[in-house]
Amino acid sequence: MIISFLKSREAILLGALIALILLVESRFSGFAMPRNLAAVFNDTSILIILALGQTLVILTRCIDLSLASNLALTGMVTAMLNAAMPGLPIVALLAVAVALGLIMGAFNGLLVWKLNIPPIVVTLGTLTIYRGIIFLVSGGSWVNSHEMSAAYKALPRAQMLGLPVLSWIAIVVIAGFAIGVNRTALGRAFYAVGGNPGAAVYTGIDVGRTRFSAFVIAGGLAGLCGYLWVSRYAVAYTDVAGGFELDIVAACVIGGISIAGGSGTVLGAVLGALFLGVIKNALPVAGISPFWQMAISGAAIIIAVAFNARKPPSRIILKHAEARS
Amino acid sequence: MSISRRILMMTSLMAGAAFMAGPVAAQDPVRIAIVAKSLGNGFFEAAARGAEEAAKEVGNAEIIYTGPTSTTAEGQIEVINSLIAQRVDAIAISANDPDAVVPALKKAMQRGITVVSWDSGVAPEGREMHLAPSSDALIGQTIIKLAADHLPEGGKVAVLSATSTSTNQNIWIAEMKKVMDQYPDIELVATVYGDDLADKSYRETQGLLQSYPDLDAIIAPTSVGIVAAAQAVQDAGKAGQVNVTGIGLPSEMAGAVENGVSQSFAIWNPVDLGYATTMLAYNLATDQATAEPGAEIAMGRLGTATLDDDNQAAMSEPFTYDASNIEEFKDIF
Repeated sequence: MIISFLKSREAILLGALIALILLVESRFSGFAMPRNLAAVFNDTSILIILALGQTLVILTRCIDLSLASNLALTGMVTAMLNAAMPGLPIVALLAVAVALGLIMGAFNGLLVWKLNIPPIVVTLGTLTIYRGIIFLVSGGSWVNSHEMSAAYKALPRAQMLGLPVLSWIAIVVIAGFAIGVNRTALGRAFYAVGGNPGAAVYTGIDVGRTRFSAFVIAGGLAGLCGYLWVSRYAVAYTDVAGGFELDIVAACVIGGISIAGGSGTVLGAVLGALFLGVIKNALPVAGISPFWQMAISGAAIIIAVAFNARKPPSRIILKHAEARS
Repeated sequence: MSISRRILMMTSLMAGAAFMAGPVAAQDPVRIAIVAKSLGNGFFEAAARGAEEAAKEVGNAEIIYTGPTSTTAEGQIEVINSLIAQRVDAIAISANDPDAVVPALKKAMQRGITVVSWDSGVAPEGREMHLAPSSDALIGQTIIKLAADHLPEGGKVAVLSATSTSTNQNIWIAEMKKVMDQYPDIELVATVYGDDLADKSYRETQGLLQSYPDLDAIIAPTSVGIVAAAQAVQDAGKAGQVNVTGIGLPSEMAGAVENGVSQSFAIWNPVDLGYATTMLAYNLATDQATAEPGAEIAMGRLGTATLDDDNQAAMSEPFTYDASNIEEFKDIF
């Protein structure tokens, strides 16, 4: 088992991650200190959670480009609610955030499921729709830190057993995914639907419903992250997390989640997100020109995809059934 | 040319002649229209307050504060046309589009109405002069002064900018570097770019705090960056140790000033801008001054505006906001 892990993609990625951390440490000593690494993990928490949500969607051969807009809209709504009703308990705001995220995810999922529109088109549309709604509800104005209640801003920062709550939320989500994806029927269905939709139909899996579930879960997580993001940076405005949808997809791709669906692991997605997180946190301290930063991030993605391209060809037994699904 | 237009032209010529004949009679106030980008915006409401202050000071001026309900050029053109019909003496506009409003404003000038633009300029052919809130040089000088004022014994400062290609910020930083030799004890250790994204600016600030543990101030000449930097400094527990300053909006920076992360920051003062604009419009409309390159026109308590080759002038250095006045301005803009 250990030997098979060492040969796996995840092991290579873990090795690359450690090499990257050591490389940064050689340029900026103190980077590899446990305290700093914990800070990097905390900073990457939101990316990890969203990458896990995206992983489910990609596993079913779909993609969700609207996650960052979903996050921004729920973040703005919770911030405005908090500003208008500072007495509202944070638990209620969290429930609102998750519910709103679920609804937006379900909207994507329904369009993909019932209307059979390609997911990239659906979510490209909702990406702008959700972003546009932010402008409608906020009128383009900001919600600033002094308008938010202390409790609203305190939750992700609160320390618990040496780590901020934000990190703990990410850990809980990772654990939930590790169990859910590997040990539940729905979790296995995501792989089946993406790996071979035709065969999935024959095993009694409803492909459309499974894809819908993936979108809903990803949407709910994006809603949760909406609150976390806005309270962490203590500001809500229309362009919150602009362009973040691409970071999420990049984290999945680096983590070895196959865009063709059906292949990838929870550990891979987490490592992929951490890889990007380390780069994002290392570049400011490593003294690298900002002109190079984007090129470096891009190169990491291409190298990762080149590694992942060695996918064994999957066997397609029931061509006919696949064509129908 | 239609008959009615010819009559209008004649009346405006006569009005012009009346102006030249003698000073404006006290019972006939100079009517100055302040045209906002849109109504219901705190910035412009504040400018209108400044305009009223100026009108009170000169005595025989009346302010008509108006604007479209949404920030469109079409809306402003309608407003301009109705002002022409009301035969105001001066129009001072913050334009939603520098070119689209030019024909309407030209028509106004043909009718003898004094037209000036302020805040957001109009193309030169559509106005007599433009008053910018500040100039690149003044902003550059202000942001370093803000940091230096709180570092009497010198120290290390870093700049957190928007993107590495944003024109405004790059010019301001270049202007700042030009005057750095006036502050020999202040050392600029780094310039980083937060791309006007809250998360990247926050991360770059964290990077600065890690790379330069003895950093004394962060200058962020961008409204997104300054807010994110303030939050990052507060989260790092370095409030009071690292002063976050630069260009920001009072409503967005109120929290940072209250909890001591930011000693002070700057941006133009809309009240002063409205005041100065009204003074200029009044002086031009009453022919006490002429808008021409090199002219120096009085702006009441704010001194004089000197016009450049494009008939543009800068009002003053950005106004500094700190704990003493943030409460007053945070609800304005």
